[in-house]
Amino acid sequence: MARIVIDPLTRIEGHLRIEAQIEGGRITDAWASGAMWRGIETILKGRDPRDAWTFVSRICGVCTTVHSIASVRAVEDALKITIPPNARIIRDLIMGLQMVHDHVIHFYHLHGLDWIDVVSALKADPGKTAALASSLSDWPNNNSVGFFKSIQDKLKTFVAGGQLGIFANGYWGHSQYKLPPEANLMATAHYLDALDWQRDIIRAHALLGAKNPHPQTFLVGGMSIPVDPNSQNGLNAGSIALLNDAAKKCLDFVSRVYVPDLLAVASYYKDWAGYGGFNNFLACGEHADSSGKNAFFPAGIIRDKDLSRVYPVDQMKIAEYINNSWYSYSGGDSAGRHPWSGETTPNYTGPKPPYEYLDIDKKYSWVKTPRYEDLPMEVGPLARLLVAYASGHRQVKEEVDKALRKLGVGPEALFSTLGRTAARGIETLLVAQKLGDWIGELAANMKNGDLRIADTEKWDPLTWPKEARGVGFHDAPRGALAHYIVIKDGKIENYQAVVPTTWNAGPRDPKGQRSPFEQALIGAPVADPRQPIEIQRIIHSFDPCMACAIHIFDVEKKESYKVEMQ
Amino acid sequence: MDSESIYSYLELRGLSRRDFLKFCAASAATLGLCSSGAVKIAEALENKQRPSVVWIHLSECTGDSESLLRATKPAISEILLDVVSLDYHETLMAPSGFAAEKSLDDIIRNKKGKYIAVYEGAVPEKDGGVYCCIAGKSASAIVKEVAAGAALNIAVGNCACFGGIAAASPNPTGCVGVGDVIGSRVVNIAGCPMNCENFTATVVHYLTFGSLPELDGAGRPLFAFGKLIHNNCERRPHFDAGQFVGQWGDAGHRQGWCLYEMGCKGPMAFQNCPTVKWNGGTSWPVQAGHPCIACATPSNWDAAYPFYKRMPQVPGAGLMANADKIGLGVAAIATAGIAAHAVGRFIERKRNSKEKGEDIKNGPDSN
Repeated sequence: MARIVIDPLTRIEGHLRIEAQIEGGRITDAWASGAMWRGIETILKGRDPRDAWTFVSRICGVCTTVHSIASVRAVEDALKITIPPNARIIRDLIMGLQMVHDHVIHFYHLHGLDWIDVVSALKADPGKTAALASSLSDWPNNNSVGFFKSIQDKLKTFVAGGQLGIFANGYWGHSQYKLPPEANLMATAHYLDALDWQRDIIRAHALLGAKNPHPQTFLVGGMSIPVDPNSQNGLNAGSIALLNDAAKKCLDFVSRVYVPDLLAVASYYKDWAGYGGFNNFLACGEHADSSGKNAFFPAGIIRDKDLSRVYPVDQMKIAEYINNSWYSYSGGDSAGRHPWSGETTPNYTGPKPPYEYLDIDKKYSWVKTPRYEDLPMEVGPLARLLVAYASGHRQVKEEVDKALRKLGVGPEALFSTLGRTAARGIETLLVAQKLGDWIGELAANMKNGDLRIADTEKWDPLTWPKEARGVGFHDAPRGALAHYIVIKDGKIENYQAVVPTTWNAGPRDPKGQRSPFEQALIGAPVADPRQPIEIQRIIHSFDPCMACAIHIFDVEKKESYKVEMQ
Repeated sequence: MDSESIYSYLELRGLSRRDFLKFCAASAATLGLCSSGAVKIAEALENKQRPSVVWIHLSECTGDSESLLRATKPAISEILLDVVSLDYHETLMAPSGFAAEKSLDDIIRNKKGKYIAVYEGAVPEKDGGVYCCIAGKSASAIVKEVAAGAALNIAVGNCACFGGIAAASPNPTGCVGVGDVIGSRVVNIAGCPMNCENFTATVVHYLTFGSLPELDGAGRPLFAFGKLIHNNCERRPHFDAGQFVGQWGDAGHRQGWCLYEMGCKGPMAFQNCPTVKWNGGTSWPVQAGHPCIACATPSNWDAAYPFYKRMPQVPGAGLMANADKIGLGVAAIATAGIAAHAVGRFIERKRNSKEKGEDIKNGPDSN
């Protein structure tokens, strides 16, 4: 029996530590620990709710935009503000572009090297690589022997120079890499293509929101980017053309590179449909129309892998536990608390750094433990697609069934590492297809003379009730996200974020139930404990975001001191 | 020409001479150098090996790493494969755990005094550093270890530069900037996130001239942070003419009028956003209709806050240039701008000191 430690677990956002117990070549137990806490919600206390989105956007620069969206929605819910259609559409576009961008980077640059052996690509035959690639997709370079040869030559120079950079000390040659050299070369070439592609398409975020990362364009009540076809200082016909160009590049790359690569790589790793699964799933819904209804991704809950029934989501049934997290509750650490009445006071009881092992019999993480009706839930692309699939969503059913047919597996294969990674690709395709629709809606509004971008009736805090509370949901790329706000006398009284990776990465609850990260690792094989690539595969399939996962809400009334401007 | 130089490497990688010179010219432009600067850059890169870079993540959000991925001059794929050897970067590197630690140890041990260390995120000093640990070590210990052997220390983003958002009042984890931890000169590529063009230009400057670009009192390169946003703003003529946005989406907002009344902090912010812009020159906050939040200013989360309240006056040594006094002469405004820069730098130096809170309270712009 051996306990191995993986810290830092790389190719994620933030600082994650995994400790796993291995017996007979399999994982028998596991502990996931978030190793950083900043206290942004404490910092928000007493500030202007209209400013909150700028602060919370800095929870994460990878899932940039998602906390801004949830934050303005929370304040709008509290103040009963309905945003105008243009603001809704611009937010849909920003969210959609974020999902496409984020998921492609995840597949190639964060998750990819778990499946792709870059060094093996040196042995590939460029001719056979072109034959393989062009059999999968008509992407322009896929039939070019010269293209793959030039990529291989670049790699050779890179390796021959002895400076391997980010590829140094990878698990190259590991027995669990299954792709033939040609598939490795193809995927490596697309790894580099995707780097250039992402930089290009995300310029659309700058067009809509000044810059990326951390777009600066959200407002309580709407958006700050003007819409005016007769001005050079807002979104006009030229902007629509640029947005359409970006949307086309998104759909092109996703449908002709990402999804074909994903299915090709998956076909060599079908055994991963047997590891890394979870039972319960929660989606909060996203991309509703201007009336707040008909969400493109429906909300719902699935229990015990039962796709015959979808339960509705009632946010009042969410509670957060801290029995294994480095915080304390005033009424004792064993009861859960709803975010509106939640509390957290940091109380680090872990080992003093530097340390070798966490004391897993005590509290062991900065991540809290959210539960829905006391059940752990997986959130993210797989949760979204399963809820949509079980709800009879036509497009989702078509695309999921198509992927399952191509891989020759049944729906049960979805509850796995492979299913999670495939679900991410499928929803990227669906959202890439939607981008053009939203741009069309925006153009039609402009044509009809609707230039409104914000409801400013409640902009002035003097128009607000003395007390108000709200919740803002966003089914973000990494899953269901909710921000809770309590406003008193025009200032933030309470702020709390229940974040996707908190659902997935939390430590055990008082009943000893494991959250998805820890549970998904149980039973998985580890061929070489010194190179635990299997653990990387399972954890990366969730696309962890640790900076998001760790947050705090402080009930102590601390005098926060700021410069007041007149 | 050195056969192991960056240029010979680029050539092997199939980059044309023309592309190479284009990159040199673009770097020279960001640095504010004339065409002879581009020639110097080209000469230097023809004779230098790719420097080893270790990128350390601390209390952060990875926004600066994402910004690195958006680099256009040169592109990120070129940076990764051609310009530097990125030997440690937790978001991008292949290995995890022990193998990742080995990557860092290899550089610290074998390239002592030769590598460039880049830091992203603040350093939480409170309670023995328990608020950010990597491989069981505190962020503070890691920074000290890495910095000791680095040829050059670069802090990217306001968190690593000055503590940033994590250090915003009441600074729950006692966060400070990297410079405060290591006590020696750090180049601060400020901003939230940093604009990657300013980072690559700094690296190119270092490779070309063997020295650092000139820095201001807050450790920020003057080529990027030497001028007030307000003085370089494309909407400045509207400020001078007294044309201000009154509400989101009103006619003035749609016509690109000045955002001062909506809370714009351009008059206290030093950065090259109006000229270099973001995402390959696509836009920047004021161009997109949102006020500047002075994200490259130390303590901006307190000093520039609230973001939607207009500044009481444009800071200046006795010269009132507020929106109520419209029609001020251009020369007077320029003078105010220069004075504002001096005052701004004074404020920022004070803010960098240990007693942050007290200094802000007493800062000249805190009415």
